[in-house]
Amino acid sequence: MTGPKLLSRRKADRIDELAQGGTSLAKDALRRMASNPVAILGACIIAAFVLLAIFAPLLAPKDPFIPYPELQAQLTPTNIPGPMPGFLLGSDQNGYDFFSRLLAGARQTLIVGVGATIIGVTIGMIIGGLAGAFGGWVDTVLMRFTDILLSIPSLLLAISIAALFASGNQWTVIIAVAMVCVPVFARLLRGSMIAQRSSDHVLAATALGVRRRTIVFRHMLPNSVGPVIVQATLTLATAIIDAAALSFLGLGDTDWRRAEWGLMLGNSQDLLSVKPELAFYPAIAIIIVALGFTLLGESMREALDPKNRR
Amino acid sequence: MLRFIVRRLLQAIPTLLVLSILVFAWLRSLPGGPASALLGDKATPEKIAELNAVLGLDQPIFVQYFKFLGRILTGDFGSSLISGDSVLAEIGRAFPATIELSLAALFLAIVFGIPLGYLAARFHGRFLDNATVVTTLVGVAVPVFFLGFLLKYVFAQQLAILPPSGRQDVLIDATRITGFATLDGLLTGELDATWDAMLHLLLPAIALASIPFAVIVRITRASVLDVTGEDFVRTAESKGLTAPVIRRRHVLRNALLPVSTTIGLQTGLLLAGAVLTEKVFVWGGVGSLLEQGIERRDYPRLQALILLAALVYVLVNLLVDISYAIIDPRVRVR
Repeated sequence: MTGPKLLSRRKADRIDELAQGGTSLAKDALRRMASNPVAILGACIIAAFVLLAIFAPLLAPKDPFIPYPELQAQLTPTNIPGPMPGFLLGSDQNGYDFFSRLLAGARQTLIVGVGATIIGVTIGMIIGGLAGAFGGWVDTVLMRFTDILLSIPSLLLAISIAALFASGNQWTVIIAVAMVCVPVFARLLRGSMIAQRSSDHVLAATALGVRRRTIVFRHMLPNSVGPVIVQATLTLATAIIDAAALSFLGLGDTDWRRAEWGLMLGNSQDLLSVKPELAFYPAIAIIIVALGFTLLGESMREALDPKNRR
Repeated sequence: MLRFIVRRLLQAIPTLLVLSILVFAWLRSLPGGPASALLGDKATPEKIAELNAVLGLDQPIFVQYFKFLGRILTGDFGSSLISGDSVLAEIGRAFPATIELSLAALFLAIVFGIPLGYLAARFHGRFLDNATVVTTLVGVAVPVFFLGFLLKYVFAQQLAILPPSGRQDVLIDATRITGFATLDGLLTGELDATWDAMLHLLLPAIALASIPFAVIVRITRASVLDVTGEDFVRTAESKGLTAPVIRRRHVLRNALLPVSTTIGLQTGLLLAGAVLTEKVFVWGGVGSLLEQGIERRDYPRLQALILLAALVYVLVNLLVDISYAIIDPRVRVR
């Protein structure tokens, strides 16, 4: 910095801090979402899903992880027992209680979806944040890298990452799905941070002489996370679907005892003519949950759009 | 215009170069190194050492990379571990099947998606609009391969009115010319073969079309709504033009610009979706190659498929950009 300084760093910082306030966009958006039936429906679906994931072991009538001899006794290649006393939906192809496994599947599906999204968002935000905050060659290098990742169709990228591991387990699925989200979030955060950089409040803070780190963390980041949260919600839906696709292609968890909806769906593809429910119920569960995240994400996007602000 | 095309072409080169570095690094980070991955079950320490020398893996890393690049540029992707055939020849044989399926899906998505999106916007806020929005949201949430299952279960197994798998009935003696089953029949006059191929194509194409369809509907709807509020539409209205003329000449034409870009962006989704759809319907295209490649960890094949998929994706987007610049003069200046 050259020229006379009007304010000390400390003073500039204090003024900048005091200037915060007013109606926050987040509060405004929340208020608008509370009166939107679509948002409420999405939130209810997700709440039910999360509760199910937490309390599945208490709700399941049978142990989902052990086979039952009375089910196994009736199991033949062309017959899988349907509903019978004590077993609401009958057996799966291995003689386990299908209903209990469906309930238990919520937890594993949530772990895979949330795990992949959190890892993807974190790495993506670090890359995008660095690019947006520093600009210059850091920006060029990082964005070139994300462009390349984006130039590979997402499922193929997930496939190539999952194929690097000799055999699949839940972590290889989480990592493969997470890497697909990284470039999306990197681009998103960088884009909105660059838009922030030339906005009035950042210029004002710069003119005051506030440190760059403070500007980045107090002004640029908080104002950029809106779109990231929206995208993360939508990503939860695609992460669950992508994980199911990997399972379907044989790149998922090889431990079939683990109850996960995508895995259950993928493993029942050859049993459509024997017991189609084995594919249909996990698929319907996936669709409902994915829809829940999509509804919530879309209505959040709408609520955060300044064009809709009254 | 020419300058724009040249500039966009030049921009694609660094992308492809870095991509080649990534794929090169990918092959090297395989468990046990590329030699043991290439040899698969046949790997013994002597064989690995021998192959390392043959592949030049004992040379400095940048020498290796430039040799790798040279091989790719001359179209040498090695041979498949499964069939022993040249990977490129394999892909060449399977490519028409995938292209046929993807084009059919894209055709369905466009033909049904654009009118529906347009109608939804025209009747904004009414029942048709709301029903359309709900349909597209559900459409995105349904895994492509599950939709494939469902269609196959209902139409092929329960109703038995459409074939469950494959591209053509094995009993039909069709002449192969282009590799496109529907086109070959037309060229040779074997119309029964074309009809049969189209019946086989229907279910997988519907399954694959679901996601681009949903996206196209939503973009068309949003774009028509946007354009309807523009000044030039108001000008047209105040000039006293009739509503059909305004809709056709002012609204629709301008609204279709963003839609055309979106269609280009769908190629990635189509390629990925094709892998899943082909597996459900035992289609025998590039997706089936990929699927077998994954199952047997056929790395030369996977490497070639990833590079080619990215190449196709980059090229299609390049074409979309160029066509966009032709349609909309404003893009050229940027």
